[in-house]
Amino acid sequence: MVAVTPVSGVGVALGTPQPRGSMRGRRQRRLNIFRWVVFTVATLFFMVPLLAMVKFSFQGVLPGSYSFAAWTQIGSSPDLVDAIEITLELTLITTAVVLMLLVPTMIWVRLRVHWLSRTVEFLCLLPLTIPAIVLVVGLAPIYRSVRQHISLSPLQLFWAYAILALPYAYRALSAGLETIDVPTLSEAARSLGASWFTVIMRIVAPNMWQAMLNAAVLTISLVLGEFTIASILLYTNLQVELYDISRATENASVLFSTSSAALLFTFLLLFIISTVGRRRGRQRR
Amino acid sequence: MSAPASDVDSAPSRAGVEVRLQSLRREYGAVVALDGFDLTMKPGELVALLGPSGCGKTTTLRLLAGLEDADSGTIVVDNRDITRLPASKRDMGMVFQAYSLFPHMTVRQNVAFGLRLRHMDKAVRDNRAMEMLDLVGLSAQGDRYAHQISGGQQQRVALARALAIEPQVLLLDEPLSALDAKVRAQLRDQIRRIQLEVGITTLFVTHDQEEALAIADRVGVMREGRLEQLGPPTDVYARPATSFVAEFVGLTNRLAGEVHAGVLTVRGSRLPLVDPTTREGSVTALVRPEAVTLASDSSDESGPLVGTVIATTFLGATSRVTVDLGDTTILAQLTTSDASALPAGSRVTLVIRPDPVLVAADPVAPSV
Repeated sequence: MVAVTPVSGVGVALGTPQPRGSMRGRRQRRLNIFRWVVFTVATLFFMVPLLAMVKFSFQGVLPGSYSFAAWTQIGSSPDLVDAIEITLELTLITTAVVLMLLVPTMIWVRLRVHWLSRTVEFLCLLPLTIPAIVLVVGLAPIYRSVRQHISLSPLQLFWAYAILALPYAYRALSAGLETIDVPTLSEAARSLGASWFTVIMRIVAPNMWQAMLNAAVLTISLVLGEFTIASILLYTNLQVELYDISRATENASVLFSTSSAALLFTFLLLFIISTVGRRRGRQRR
Repeated sequence: MSAPASDVDSAPSRAGVEVRLQSLRREYGAVVALDGFDLTMKPGELVALLGPSGCGKTTTLRLLAGLEDADSGTIVVDNRDITRLPASKRDMGMVFQAYSLFPHMTVRQNVAFGLRLRHMDKAVRDNRAMEMLDLVGLSAQGDRYAHQISGGQQQRVALARALAIEPQVLLLDEPLSALDAKVRAQLRDQIRRIQLEVGITTLFVTHDQEEALAIADRVGVMREGRLEQLGPPTDVYARPATSFVAEFVGLTNRLAGEVHAGVLTVRGSRLPLVDPTTREGSVTALVRPEAVTLASDSSDESGPLVGTVIATTFLGATSRVTVDLGDTTILAQLTTSDASALPAGSRVTLVIRPDPVLVAADPVAPSV
């Protein structure tokens, strides 16, 4: 054994040609194992709490028993449908406002006032540095003073939500703009007789479809999951309603069933949006 | 590549218009891109602007297109002052250096885009788009997207798109520079053929002298925001107005010479001058490689025009031979069969053909 090992080792050290395929194969196998380990650990890290939550939502009154009571209790809440409706309307309004505000602004900055790009980027990313709780401290007096004169529906939350969504939408749109030669396309369109409005709406924006979809998905997921601002400003959205349901019942499992329901609802909505968006993008390509 | 004659006949023919650029000036901070630039293009003429990077040729084209504003000066097209008119109202077709097809539109939609902006009926614009695609030989690609066709095809579609709106002037901003050599030569010929058929006044900007000389009615050589020379390609090449033009267009040997009584003497050879008023004294003569011929020299005698071949560069039908004359080197362009008879190390005698020679304004710098 002792004699064989050094000989083999010397052979390698002296550069005895090794089958390149086998070395590459070993490296590839190690890499694959590493990938699976990382994937498994990450999956367990994210899925175990979620699965536990779902399991607890089916927990019956007696230990070891299972029941759908916690799930049926969600549907018995009369305010839940209203909360879902309001939240969906908020996602639509916020997404529309953010896209209508950012898309033309960013294209215009790229085309005509490029020197402003750093300032616009700074302003759009600023909300990232401000925690929602701090933001609401500033927003609350404004909402309160307006409410003294006119009643504000929960849909007015879109002002705050649009600000919260700015950084995410900006990043998604900015990445999309980077992939297009905006100056050349706009100059080509201008030379063919297009106005600036036409350039933005019919040339640049249609080429940002995927970026706009990404911005929309991020904005929607933010609005669907928002609790802090709505709760402190005394509005009821989906998250606040689910929280209220869980608080109003003696069945602790309702807390888990409402959380699971909210999560499923968000996943489902985002899945539908991204699937529809991808299909449309594929058709164009 | 080439479209049938019937396709060309279906192109919208339009009499070219005169274009006058008068005293154009454009500055970018401290950099003067155009310094009192003047150019008049005759109706239906193709003028190529040639020059080194930063000489202002693209700026000229962009000012004419309306993509940038001139600081001063006037742009007149068909006797109409369009200096302050926005790009969208100038009626110019433009092909860009970068691929500029709209990615979300098919080839046909790209070509029809300008017509759509002019509120033409769908049937009319579809017909026109197909005519234009026929013209550039791409009618079969109408339903494809930009990323599904090659770079050369994209530039041909861009040309069809620019011509579809029947512009007054066609502007070509280095449209061939991103293409490989073979496609470039083919598309260059096609652009010229279509330009002649349509009869449109065209400004072609390029840094490729071969392209400019091959395609243009007149070539304008630019330097530091001004035109150094404007003339037919043969004049610009054979009778350069300045030493800059002589050295920028084609290769030039710089040889020490002496001007006396209106005649230039270079290494013992008496040559006529392009400019007979050249001041007397020591000068640098600019001699084209093709004006130099070589003959094998078996004698051991030395002389000002006797040297040794040190290198030969094969260029296809011709070859470029570098000869060491002791105190300088000189390039000669010969047919490849002649050059192959003179391998490296051969002693040769030079003969300089008595073409009119230009003299450099700068001091003698004997280099090639």
